[in-house]
Amino acid sequence: MTGLLELHDVSLSFKGVRALNALSFSVAKGEICALIGPNGAGKSSLLNVINGVYRADAGDIVFDGLRFEAIHPQKAAHLGIGRTFQHNALFRRLSVRENVLAGLSRHGNASFFENIFRLGRDGAERQGFLARAERTMSFLGLDRHAGRIVSTLPYGLQKRVDLARALVAGPKLLLLDEPMAGMNQEEKEEMSRVIREVNRVFGSTVVLIEHDVGIVLNLASHVVVLDYGRKLADGAPDEVRKNPDVIAAYLGTVH
Amino acid sequence: MSYFFETLVSGLFAGVMYSLVAIGFVLIYKASGVFNFAQGAMLLFAALTFVTLIEKGMPFALAFIVTSLVMVAMAILIEWLVLRPLRNRDPLTLFMATLGLSYVIEGFAQLLMGMDVHMLDLGIPDVAVQVGGIYVSQFDIIASLIALTLVATLAIAFNKTRMGISLRAVASDTLAAQSIGIRLPVIWRIVWSVAGIVALVAGLVWGSRQGVQYSLSLVTLKALPVLIIGGFSSIPGAIAGGLLVGATEALADIYVGPLVNGSVSTWFAYILAVGFLLVRPAGLFGDREIERV
Repeated sequence: MTGLLELHDVSLSFKGVRALNALSFSVAKGEICALIGPNGAGKSSLLNVINGVYRADAGDIVFDGLRFEAIHPQKAAHLGIGRTFQHNALFRRLSVRENVLAGLSRHGNASFFENIFRLGRDGAERQGFLARAERTMSFLGLDRHAGRIVSTLPYGLQKRVDLARALVAGPKLLLLDEPMAGMNQEEKEEMSRVIREVNRVFGSTVVLIEHDVGIVLNLASHVVVLDYGRKLADGAPDEVRKNPDVIAAYLGTVH
Repeated sequence: MSYFFETLVSGLFAGVMYSLVAIGFVLIYKASGVFNFAQGAMLLFAALTFVTLIEKGMPFALAFIVTSLVMVAMAILIEWLVLRPLRNRDPLTLFMATLGLSYVIEGFAQLLMGMDVHMLDLGIPDVAVQVGGIYVSQFDIIASLIALTLVATLAIAFNKTRMGISLRAVASDTLAAQSIGIRLPVIWRIVWSVAGIVALVAGLVWGSRQGVQYSLSLVTLKALPVLIIGGFSSIPGAIAGGLLVGATEALADIYVGPLVNGSVSTWFAYILAVGFLLVRPAGLFGDREIERV
């Protein structure tokens, strides 16, 4: 099976601590794949390897037919890998609209001088970008807050801005690092709905990390369970739910 | 009382000159998180290049454009030779690199243009005019207008253009900016170019006051307390810091100086800066450093 994203024996350690241990799995185009596992299982590290924030010690990654051992985050973005951050790393003093527009930076063709003096390609591009940003914001229900400075927004909305910034560029693969962290049940369900919509309307393949197993098993079509950097289970939600290793290591324990 | 105001006003104008220098530091600090020790050397290099071109008979406007292009070329070289090989290194490593860079630039300037002191006449008379009952130097007024224009231009470029959004994005969160595909090297080249042109403007104003000479690069040391007081990451902070340093320095010289039998202005700014470090380490407008582990 060839997927949009394939990992082959990816390993990563920090000062001798194995964060990822010869990890292999595949994400099919168009699916929502959830990574679950206890704290320290290597979930965030894995996302960071996929978009190049960390460099794997061994193994390689195939994305959209392109094989690489390590990638630069900026290059990953250009290939169509968008991501959000666990502690939403937003541009805090910019407005919501500016944050979303920043997500389009790499699509600009107009030069710096055209930008500054508003010449040539700048005008058309500006209009096109603004329209895209507005569409993305209204899709995520952010249009009412477009002019607000991000740091003044409540946390849940900031999470959406983070998502909008990644989504506006139309990524092929969207990596979401705990998009529902710190949310209550109602907000989580709302976010699940949004992610499902994103997947359906924009056609982005989604890889997400989430601790709430109930939410994950409803949202994802594919679940990968990690434990201490190893893969414990990999399959459809129903298979994973019944997997005895998973029950023993994760689902059965009280957190 | 009018003596007090005259001192205050001339101090504030001197502060504008400090702010001009400090802005160059802030630009680079915001975009690449490094205190660029070479800013003073860049200022010297720009002023020297300009004055050499003028002495060769080039008209003012052309000399300004040519020198600006030289500063852009320098920015591209610095990005290529210094910043790129050192990317993702500790800010302290980068700081040390800019320290070395300042010597390279000064040495290069000396090699090309010699050690002489050059007079620089911008055609602005340094005469006192009476404004609202107090005497003010015409030169100071024009220098302030230049500073104001510069700040307004920067504000428009940073707030009203898409490139400005990218610049502020990098300043706000470098990793996130890279993750959405912003090209860091391009941003660095632009920011260092702008800082180079700011250095040129500051170099001209300072050079026409003091003569274009090697001691110009020491304005770095004067900018340091301004930055500590205003905050390293804020242009409004650089302006406020500059004004505060200029004003308090001038007043202290008059009112504190006689008490200690000597000039206070050489060290007063540093004492003020130490005070700020104790009470408000992020400066007036700076970001409070919040580091996650």
